[in-house]
Amino acid sequence: MATEVLMPALSPTMEEGTLAKWLVKEGDKVKSGQILAEIETDKATMEFEAVDDGIIGTLLIAEGSAGVKVNTPIATLLEDGEAAPTAPRAAPAAAKPAAPASDAAPMAAPAIATAPPAPVAAKGWPHADLPEGPTKTMTVREALREAMAEEMRRDPNVFLMGEEVGEYQGAYKISQGLLDEFGAKRVVDTPITEHGFAGIAVGASWGGLRPIVEFMTFNFAMQAIDHIINSAAKTLYMSGGQMGSPMVFRGPNGAAARVGAQHSQDYAAWYSAIPGLKVCMPYSAADAKGLLKTAIRDPNPVIFLENEILYGRSFEVPTDPDFTIPLGKASILREGSDVTIVSFSIGLTYALQAAEILAKDGISAEVVNLRTLRPIDYDTVLASVMKTNRCVTVEEGFPVGSIGDHLASTIMQRAFDHLDAPVVTCTGKDVPMPYAANLEKLALTTTAEVVAAVKSVCYR
Amino acid sequence: MVAKKPADRPNASKEDLLKYYREMLLIRRFEEKAGQLYGMGLIGGFCHLYIGQEAVVVGLEAVAKDGDKRITSYRDHGHMLACGMDPKGVMAELTGRSGGYSKGKGGSMHMFSKDRHFYGGHGIVGAQVPLGAGLAFADKYLGNDNVTFTYFGDGAANQGQVYETYNMAELWNLPVVFVIENNQYAMGTSMKRSTKSPSMWERGAAYGIQGEAVDGMDVLAVKAAGEKAVATCRAGDGPYILEMMTYRYRGHSMSDPAKYRTREEVDKMRSEKDAIDHVRDLLLQGGLASEDDLKTIDKDIKARVNEAAEFAKDSPEPPLADLWTDIYA
Repeated sequence: MATEVLMPALSPTMEEGTLAKWLVKEGDKVKSGQILAEIETDKATMEFEAVDDGIIGTLLIAEGSAGVKVNTPIATLLEDGEAAPTAPRAAPAAAKPAAPASDAAPMAAPAIATAPPAPVAAKGWPHADLPEGPTKTMTVREALREAMAEEMRRDPNVFLMGEEVGEYQGAYKISQGLLDEFGAKRVVDTPITEHGFAGIAVGASWGGLRPIVEFMTFNFAMQAIDHIINSAAKTLYMSGGQMGSPMVFRGPNGAAARVGAQHSQDYAAWYSAIPGLKVCMPYSAADAKGLLKTAIRDPNPVIFLENEILYGRSFEVPTDPDFTIPLGKASILREGSDVTIVSFSIGLTYALQAAEILAKDGISAEVVNLRTLRPIDYDTVLASVMKTNRCVTVEEGFPVGSIGDHLASTIMQRAFDHLDAPVVTCTGKDVPMPYAANLEKLALTTTAEVVAAVKSVCYR
Repeated sequence: MVAKKPADRPNASKEDLLKYYREMLLIRRFEEKAGQLYGMGLIGGFCHLYIGQEAVVVGLEAVAKDGDKRITSYRDHGHMLACGMDPKGVMAELTGRSGGYSKGKGGSMHMFSKDRHFYGGHGIVGAQVPLGAGLAFADKYLGNDNVTFTYFGDGAANQGQVYETYNMAELWNLPVVFVIENNQYAMGTSMKRSTKSPSMWERGAAYGIQGEAVDGMDVLAVKAAGEKAVATCRAGDGPYILEMMTYRYRGHSMSDPAKYRTREEVDKMRSEKDAIDHVRDLLLQGGLASEDDLKTIDKDIKARVNEAAEFAKDSPEPPLADLWTDIYA
């Protein structure tokens, strides 16, 4: 009986891809393990192999088709002696929709992650936080790459080091093309030794260079955290101001999708607790570019926490080559009058969706994008809370000692008389990240939780 | 101790020998004074004395050139004095005063001098090893021929990050001399209770790094080995490992009960292998200096150390506003 060959998920976060090239044609006899096609994801071009022996029946998706959802049938495979069906070839557009999220492979994030918030016309949002001037659309991934490339062109002492940053072109394709432009001296592939190369990078920063250390994920930076904190963050103080560590530690942080407890931790609150570090946590591509350029130029060690699920999202970014975002300045992503929702990074996905839903219920939410967690822009948060008199915080990290806890305490101490309700924090759950799709979804914070939290502080 | 004093000595001039004598004696007298001030409560916290190991830093500083860098552990007073830092500033840091190298904010274990290319003073055992390789990485990147002396003990030599660093240092041919100061005790754990490796330097072979064991109680042997190591690194063939067989006479820190070794062992080492006595003998027996000459030097060193101690007592505590400075550049 003919079996369907389905569009594969080739990474934990892949939802769709481009069927770049068929390497077989209809009627070809194929063996298990034979390369059938080349498939491009946002991270890489991958070869796709047959898992069974058989004969290619119909190629259902033409080569060159983009946006083919994971699990869409792309070909049929016949058993020996079986006749090819006579059904006409389906056009890509007519391809069967992806299976429901519950049994589809990539089910990353809560369904929400697959549906970025729709732009809203009011007050030019979502670009209210950008300077005037022309913009272009780019992904967070491209914005990070462009920031590094521009700063490496500007300053010959800026270099990138980490695992797979060079010849592999970046585990998440952030550094794609940088080796070609800057060479192996400035795009340094390291062995898998986070503790060691983080220490070497800190030493290099004392020796006059400006390292950018890429951690394949911040989960692996746990091996290097002694150098980040004891060596990089404290030396300026311990040396009485003689020498600091001008460098950036960057990489994806927090939950990706279905990678389990050891690969899904949000370190926002950890690093934000350390004097001597600065901490950025961008949401949009403009945040990513503007903050990373500033971070590379900063004379202090900067922790730059990215989010894998956001890498592929597109946003408007100013084309001005001098565009940067100062550290320690939050932005207002959406103005509102009834409640302040403070968030950062992917938490803003939930915050913005919740604001949309709440608007339909007549609740006007102001959404603050912190952008930098150290130094934190208390002024913007407090001004907003003093206006709305209510506050909900949203993040994916653990609840105990969260950024939300710190904000709640600060707001209580500095704006108690302005509050009409207690500050409510929406966080990840107090559990190691589970692998099972349904449990993972439950472990993260959700738009529904943010909506409920806002309603509770509005007594609705 | 693997190495013996070689019979045929490398040539050392009278001036060189007197210089080494003076420098080693400065470290010893300084450390004795620091021990005293600790006992008087003027120095707080942890204080790790270098007494016994003086020949290692003095011998290696003799082969350093301007621009070379050095980095070490928390047992760092000797390294600072040997590279030319002011004893007053070091002692004032020990007493936590504003005249100290870190304005009183670093203490015994965390001191730096960018001017003298001294990059600490590190309290986390082994952390200085990748940091030192990173300094060498920067020199290689910038295209100069400077070398970084990265000192660590036999205790640190068991840390994983040392071997991560060996691997990358050799992979990238970094101009770093790894100096293992093997004083035979990691705090209170003797080498034979912490490893079955017959030697520390030979572990470098697993990564392709050349090295050797050196009599670290003999300043001339140290200098000769240092010359070879430095030349190798300057020629682009680094890194290089020197395992200095040495001995600390005092405890690990000031609060060491000394139950892990015998008094006899320490006394034997002091009477038979002392690095300062060795140079003193060379000077006297070679007719290069008289007892009186050496007495004059002793007096001069004592005066310098006393001056440092007075400065460290008189220097004011840091202003309270300093709590909040130097956190960000």
